[in-house]
Amino acid sequence: MGVAVRLCGISKRFGTFAANSNISLSVEKGSIHALVGENGAGKSTLTKIIYGMIQQSEGEVYIQEKPVHFSSPREAIDAGIGMVHQHFMLIPTLTAAENIILGDEHARLLQHLPMKHLKNLIRKHAREFGLAVDPDATVENLSVGEEQRVEILKLLFRKASIMIFDEPTAVLTPSETEHLFTTLRTLRDKGNTIILITHKLDEVLSVADTVSVMRKGKITGTMPAKSVTKPELARMMVGRSVLFKVTNPPPNPGETVLKVNNLGYCTRQGVEKLHNLSFKVRAGEIYGIAGVEGNGQSELLQALYGLAPAGTLLTGEAMLKGRSVLGKNPAEITLMGVSLTPENRLRHAVILDYTVSENLLFGRHREPAFHRGAGFDNRTLNRYCEQIIADYDIKCTSPSSQLLSSLSGGNQQKIVLARELNRPDISLLILAQPTRGVDIGAIETIHNKIIEARTKGVAILLISSELEEITALSTRIGTLYKGSIVHEFSQEEVTLKRNSEDEFQKEIGLHIT
Amino acid sequence: MNNPLTMNRKTAQFLIAILSILSALIVSTLIIFIAGRDPIMIFQKMFNATLGSSYGTGQVVFRMTTLVFAGLAVALPFQVKLFNIGAEGQLQMGAFAAAITGALLPASLPSLSAISICIFSAMGAGACWALLAALLKVRFGVNEVIATIMLNFIAQGITGYLLTYHFAIPSTVHTPPVIDAAIIPSFHSITGMFPKSPANLSTLLAPFVALLLWFMLYKSRFGYELRATGLQPEAARYGGINAGMHRLTAMSIGGAAAGLGAANILLGYKHYYEAGMSSGIGFTGIAVALLAGAHPLWIFFSALFFSILEYGGLTVNAYIPKDIFMMIEAITILLVISFNALGKRIHQ
Repeated sequence: MGVAVRLCGISKRFGTFAANSNISLSVEKGSIHALVGENGAGKSTLTKIIYGMIQQSEGEVYIQEKPVHFSSPREAIDAGIGMVHQHFMLIPTLTAAENIILGDEHARLLQHLPMKHLKNLIRKHAREFGLAVDPDATVENLSVGEEQRVEILKLLFRKASIMIFDEPTAVLTPSETEHLFTTLRTLRDKGNTIILITHKLDEVLSVADTVSVMRKGKITGTMPAKSVTKPELARMMVGRSVLFKVTNPPPNPGETVLKVNNLGYCTRQGVEKLHNLSFKVRAGEIYGIAGVEGNGQSELLQALYGLAPAGTLLTGEAMLKGRSVLGKNPAEITLMGVSLTPENRLRHAVILDYTVSENLLFGRHREPAFHRGAGFDNRTLNRYCEQIIADYDIKCTSPSSQLLSSLSGGNQQKIVLARELNRPDISLLILAQPTRGVDIGAIETIHNKIIEARTKGVAILLISSELEEITALSTRIGTLYKGSIVHEFSQEEVTLKRNSEDEFQKEIGLHIT
Repeated sequence: MNNPLTMNRKTAQFLIAILSILSALIVSTLIIFIAGRDPIMIFQKMFNATLGSSYGTGQVVFRMTTLVFAGLAVALPFQVKLFNIGAEGQLQMGAFAAAITGALLPASLPSLSAISICIFSAMGAGACWALLAALLKVRFGVNEVIATIMLNFIAQGITGYLLTYHFAIPSTVHTPPVIDAAIIPSFHSITGMFPKSPANLSTLLAPFVALLLWFMLYKSRFGYELRATGLQPEAARYGGINAGMHRLTAMSIGGAAAGLGAANILLGYKHYYEAGMSSGIGFTGIAVALLAGAHPLWIFFSALFFSILEYGGLTVNAYIPKDIFMMIEAITILLVISFNALGKRIHQ
């Protein structure tokens, strides 16, 4: 067996942010190689480099041991690489057969399309690999699973022998997933190479031959799938980073602030994302939620902050000091004393074309303290900005004229956290991945500010994929798995186990898989 | 202003506008030359007939006023990323409403209240017409470009029908004139400025309204939320901002501004409604707003530029078809859009 794809020292930087750094990896011909890692670990960037969608900043790509420099996916396709994207690239109004041949029609511009021959070829492929699709069906009438089969047929039609699948099961039902895996195994047995991107560990263990774990743009390990267990993988994914030890004085929890009871979340399509989820957060404590991404973290945030899309069915209750937050909008929830730092801050928590000071005001612009007459009170606003910029050491020369987009990523993150932590009269602070994308120096500041807020008596809900962060900061810890809190560590347990951190993380690892 | 990035962006926008105007003028000079006329003579005649005489200046001021309002009608929705192609229809509805109201008011009404009532009816009609498109957008996701274009046709149909079958003076194509008290006095009648020209006191409203909208957009909480909705609607939702409400209000305010433009023509100049009186000025408003980068204060300068072109084009029509100046307008806008797109690509 040879090597189908070899990567040597691949790095990709976007500005100052390194999405991939010095990645070396060999994918064996005729194997299923899984690439696992959290969102933002750099899996997609890496595959986009292989597929020619973006170009690496450094390093070499070898396909079938030949060095290649793709400047577009077209060249990658010609070299025998195919990709099934997470969001299918099909034209809904064309038939399955038309979609399959699109871009590779085997006919000159005005020539009649040899449809009959093509359809026979498609049927042959379909039989061989268990990809049953009616070639004449219009794509918009197909199920998601069938659409995916059309995508795979597209690759076969183009004679791709290296196939990249980006989160292929994210949209599939369990039986469709089984079906897909059978197809993948057949494809492998016929000599194709498959690269599978996923963060679902069950899948990796059931279908992959080799697993590579990515974390923060680096490969943290490559091993045969047989020799590894789920908790081990989980821990490598959410793993260890060098963190400063934050001093965490003993907490003094008060009354219950947030009480979530039997919360259920069902999307409009009928997929259940949360069920029977229950926990409590008391004043003056940090309740940490540990879990691998995609187990309901985003849905929990949406439910608690009034952001669930229209048509979502929310059941159970979520009470803030005795008043329900379900069915309220973000402005009303903010007024009740809740503050949220969303996961995707650049998209959801800031306006990139606003100035730094306008961003420090964003979401808090309704607070009367910032108003004077019909406009904003510039003096109060400037004083507030100066104080925050000094407190959090934000690198910015002139907050009232500098656009947020001109700041570095870490500084943009700090602005969001500073703004939310500084809110007056908050009773509940929801922090999602508070230190993601933040440099180590800033992490320390942020952790100290979080502890400081807790000591002041704020109830804090911390959702993080960094286990260290959870164990270092939390008063109590709940482990989230498949939409429910499956285990809870009490205050005593957490205090005790924090001393032997490694053991503790292993134990948490068991509960999140 | 010591940060280079923000400076760059603002100066770049200004430079793009100037550059576009200059290139458009060069192109038009060439066209005039090819048509066998002396460009210098044409431009000289144009200047003499516009800013070079007090009557011409009055004409320019009158047209500029309507264009400022039409420009604001497009600019405000533009800030929430809604493209209001319907200023024309909104202006027509506003003008018709003002004409009917003005004609039906009791003749004994004091002037100030008569004028106010007529202006408010024009603003209200314009706002309602714009609100319709915004409602379709917010409730059903109907593209506002298509909705406003269709509403332009419908406005034309409705006003045409009402005029012909119900309100026109028999054997004419216009409504009865508004009562004397509802007429906005001309500058000439009060100060003796701009003799015989249609320039009237509603011009004084324009800077007032533009300043008010500028303050609202850039200094108030309302504008802060409104612009955020336009820039990053998803973030606005997280920030507790009601995006739908802002889309509705921005469109309505735009429609009301178009109504003010109608008041300038109807109450200040024509005094009655006749078919085709808006003559495409709502569409020129799109150009005005685009050239000014949808900024309420810059709209003054771009409205001035376009009103000189429009009226100047009319005055030299005997030598050179005025369509050439419509071409200049169009070329300017195409250049502004292309330069902006180019600038963005370089920026990335």
